[in-house]
Amino acid sequence: MSISGAPVRVRGVSKQYGNGVEALRGISLDIGAGEFVSLLGPSGCGKTTLLRIIAGLASATAGSVERPVGRGETGFVFQEPTLMPWATALANVELPLKLAGVGRAERRARAGEALAGVGLAGFGNSYPRELSGGMKMRVSIARALVTEPRLLLMDEPFAALDEISRYRLNTDLLALWQRRRFTAVFVTHSVFESVFLSQRIVVMSARPGRITSALDVEASYPREEAFRTSAEYAAACRRVSAHLGEAMAA
Amino acid sequence: MNARIIAPLILGVLVLAAWEEAVRAFAIPPYVLPGPILIARTLVSDWSILAPSLWVTLAITLEALAAAVVVGGLLAVLFSLSRWIELSFFPYAIILQVTPIVAIAPLIIVWANDVDLSLLICAWLVAFFPILSNTILGLRSVDRNLLSLFELYGAGRWRTLVHLRLPAALPYFLGGLRISGGLALIGAVVAEFVAGTGGNASGLAWRILEAGYQLKVPRMFAALALISATGIAIFLASTLLSHLLLRRWHESALDAPE
Repeated sequence: MSISGAPVRVRGVSKQYGNGVEALRGISLDIGAGEFVSLLGPSGCGKTTLLRIIAGLASATAGSVERPVGRGETGFVFQEPTLMPWATALANVELPLKLAGVGRAERRARAGEALAGVGLAGFGNSYPRELSGGMKMRVSIARALVTEPRLLLMDEPFAALDEISRYRLNTDLLALWQRRRFTAVFVTHSVFESVFLSQRIVVMSARPGRITSALDVEASYPREEAFRTSAEYAAACRRVSAHLGEAMAA
Repeated sequence: MNARIIAPLILGVLVLAAWEEAVRAFAIPPYVLPGPILIARTLVSDWSILAPSLWVTLAITLEALAAAVVVGGLLAVLFSLSRWIELSFFPYAIILQVTPIVAIAPLIIVWANDVDLSLLICAWLVAFFPILSNTILGLRSVDRNLLSLFELYGAGRWRTLVHLRLPAALPYFLGGLRISGGLALIGAVVAEFVAGTGGNASGLAWRILEAGYQLKVPRMFAALALISATGIAIFLASTLLSHLLLRRWHESALDAPE
């Protein structure tokens, strides 16, 4: 399996807002090429801010970030599906290619493939309002992957979904990741989700946002539904929960 | 046919019937209040006089509306691109809006030195503001995350405007258009009243004034009916346009849940 992912290096990143609130303090983090890392922490710990700084959508007050800089090399999935309501699913997925100046025919073909890749073949002509919450999120993931990014950043993408959709999307996301092997950074406040998905979990605490610990999840891939009920999974969740508890007390 | 059409239709017929009945029962002379049947007859018999006037008023209204769409829309885009331009110009747009058109009309008529042109300017003045303010609101009401997405993919200001801000502003613009359509007609009629003449060709407002001088009250009513019909037609046309453009995606154009 070839790894197409790109490494990310975060060095001493701090973020202070104009009103004096310290969102992040001294964050350093190395993410290997093709690695799946979760940022786990309570709300207000700055994990979204960190993700936006990695994406280049926000600036750090201090420190530096190394990431793939080419256009389309970074994909971003927001908390909400963030689709354009006036455009069909296919047109939404085409957007990054359109902005990159890719020709119409190629755009169509690649967007169609990306939709099929998330299990939405045949829904290209549907408008977002005609799709369920889970399907909209799938379109959003297809859009993020259509440029074949080397880094995929996800900001609690499944937080608003029901548990059934969420589990299915977790499984499908892992399958996509194993096939493409992009570097994945996944923000969540769910211990269970982070353990199921990641190779490494970075636990953060709030006020100011900082990294308190990093834990490896040893379980091998592919991880299927059966993994959710295994003793290994339960043990990992307990361990991560304990660290999260410490982080919240800190 | 559904209740939305039938209900007001029945009410309208009932009111007209009651009106006709009252005029006959109390033997009200036509120069005080003509009945609807007489008004309809006048509409037919005076059609050769009223039709050209209807056309003049309609033309001024539509030209003013078109100018309002172009100027209001362009200004809104310009304001959304530059904060400084907006801060500098917007207060003056408000001043134009809040000053009663009846008060400025005589000035405009003096300056424009051409009645048709001054009517057009007056109608445009009252029509452009709703389009301007609504479109600005729409251009600003863009999903923040979508803006981030466009930034992530390196879309500049121009492509963000074309592919994101303009489509997002469309429902707001269409809301403004519906208001402006009615206002353009009001502006055209009011300005003609103030001018006291219809210029090269006379509009419906002048027909009303003229018929008033001659005590041809049924013709006044006939002209009034034509103005109302024009207003309704403009409203329906803009509603239809709005429906056609938004029905696939915008909440406002969706059918009520079954």
